[in-house]
Amino acid sequence: METVGVLMTKPFSAYLEEELDKRFKLFRFWESSNRKEFLKENSHLIRAVVGNATAGCDAEMIGLLPKLEIVSNFSVGLDKVDLVKCKERGIRVTNTPDVLTDDVADLALALILAVLRRICACDRYVTSGSWINGNFKLTTKFSGKSVGILGLGRIGSAIAKRANAFGCPISYYSRSEKSNTDYKYYPSAVELAANCEILVIACALTEETHHIVNREVIDALGPQGIIINIGRGSHIDEPELVSALVEGRLAGAGLDVFENEPQVPEQLFGLDNVVLLSHVGSDTVETCKEMADLVIANLEAHFLNKPLLTPAV
Amino acid sequence: MAEDAEVRQHLHQVVMLRPFPYFPSHKERFSKQFQPLNVFESSEPAHLFLSTHAQSARVLLCAGFTPVTSDMLRCLPSLQCIITTSAGVEHIDLGECRRRGIAVANAGNAFSVDVADYAVGLLLDVLRRISAADSYVRRGLWPVQGDFRLGHKLGGKRVGIVGLGSIGSEIAKRLEAFGCSISYNSRRKKPSVSFPYYSNVYDLAADSDVLILSCALTEETFHMVNKDVLSALGKEGIIINVGRGALIDEKELVRCLVQGEIGGAGLDVFEKEPDVPKELFALDNVILSPHRAVLTPESFDALQELVIGNLEAFFSNKPLLSPVKDE
Repeated sequence: METVGVLMTKPFSAYLEEELDKRFKLFRFWESSNRKEFLKENSHLIRAVVGNATAGCDAEMIGLLPKLEIVSNFSVGLDKVDLVKCKERGIRVTNTPDVLTDDVADLALALILAVLRRICACDRYVTSGSWINGNFKLTTKFSGKSVGILGLGRIGSAIAKRANAFGCPISYYSRSEKSNTDYKYYPSAVELAANCEILVIACALTEETHHIVNREVIDALGPQGIIINIGRGSHIDEPELVSALVEGRLAGAGLDVFENEPQVPEQLFGLDNVVLLSHVGSDTVETCKEMADLVIANLEAHFLNKPLLTPAV
Repeated sequence: MAEDAEVRQHLHQVVMLRPFPYFPSHKERFSKQFQPLNVFESSEPAHLFLSTHAQSARVLLCAGFTPVTSDMLRCLPSLQCIITTSAGVEHIDLGECRRRGIAVANAGNAFSVDVADYAVGLLLDVLRRISAADSYVRRGLWPVQGDFRLGHKLGGKRVGIVGLGSIGSEIAKRLEAFGCSISYNSRRKKPSVSFPYYSNVYDLAADSDVLILSCALTEETFHMVNKDVLSALGKEGIIINVGRGALIDEKELVRCLVQGEIGGAGLDVFEKEPDVPKELFALDNVILSPHRAVLTPESFDALQELVIGNLEAFFSNKPLLSPVKDE
């Protein structure tokens, strides 16, 4: 397989890069000064693309790679891969579900606690030397607060399981009601928001869910409400979110994703009721290795004509 | 005016060492039944005030940071009950109370859930680098320096809880949902608990990835997390303290953290609050908190309810709601 050309879109995992290099002919997309030229020059060799949550494989790239057979993405979300085009061309697509479910769910809870209990603000309070001058203000209890989950898939269910242990009543909105759960179903994002205190976004990004959290949903959630986003930045109408937070129409937000990563709206930087992360959802040593291993396993399976492990297309 | 004096005479006296900021609903209920003897308002030294005004007072209300010493107790010959608004009771001379038959009530379970939530929050912050990443983003470094360093997975971690009381149990319940395996050390093994029991902290630390302190501070537990225990916890080990600062040999802890001999820490309490060892400020694997684990409006409300409930119980000769058991 050393002659099989694999294009890696960004240096998102040193371990994966190393392993790809060992097995395939690795093309490092980020090292090229002219992207189009780079693809054209190597298009006769590239048969696979390895992308991630932010740098996937779009129609333009697919168009420039006539030998492309498979996109093996280092993410579970595939909104940055043109799935329609892949289907048209018969290109296989794999992602990394399950191995990252726990970490992403953990992160959702970490954000809830960090926002409600002001953990980051407390740490800043101490390290700035302010404690000497007086106590930090009261923060807000988490246990028992109602949690509304947008999307009750693998990650959404894992979040529900954790929030349950904190005594939180759980409700959800999904494309369709789930028969195997006791959680309360609401038929729309607005109704879910109107009936919970903490809204967690855990669904896939599609045309339908683009800006699913808009002004109407934010208003329904209300000034005591918190939004947690571990999905995709474009799930939320970001300017609406920012003005709601700045104007105090929302009690807080925990955001791991943004519409234009790595750009983060600067108006949020001064707010204590907001926690901002750099898309670290599954960024643990343990999980990144598992994801990388899965990417490799899918590629090897494909080039050995064996069944793909986690095919999406 | 005479009526007021009469009404006041029917109010039960409560010695108050500190002001207690009630929410309005509780304040009304308190003022209807109790007459506070506000030691803190007087310009006289406490002992003088008590000797003059509190000779027939049967109840004392204090906070966690106001010591109730045997000297002070000697000025209160009629004292039968002490109610503290803290969970901890190490600031009260329990020996003297035992000798005199003075009952002690604390915050009971009013705080347990909030402390447990906070302990989990601190642990997640340390492992997943939440505060560090948040700071990274706020300083505008994400577009410039790229992705932040990886954190560590919580699932599958072996968590050792020191003190499996109401707070420790709530912590255990939560962390199990994250896929952690739980073990504990306590004064005595609990027969109704299925988690593996360790009879000493050292052995618990040796078999744990995370050590969480949620026990009382007593003579036995003072500096129980010492150099040996930290060494047993090891380079990847994390320590979370929501108990009392003095449960840990703080100097030793600072040394271990600065030299990378343990993996990280989440600390809500310190030996000399509000002084926090400055060497910890720059470490991004250490999360520092100004003793806030308990204070949410909800637990504050529960606490006030409990304090008044204890006072009412005492004065109607009923059992206290949250007595500290003498063990």
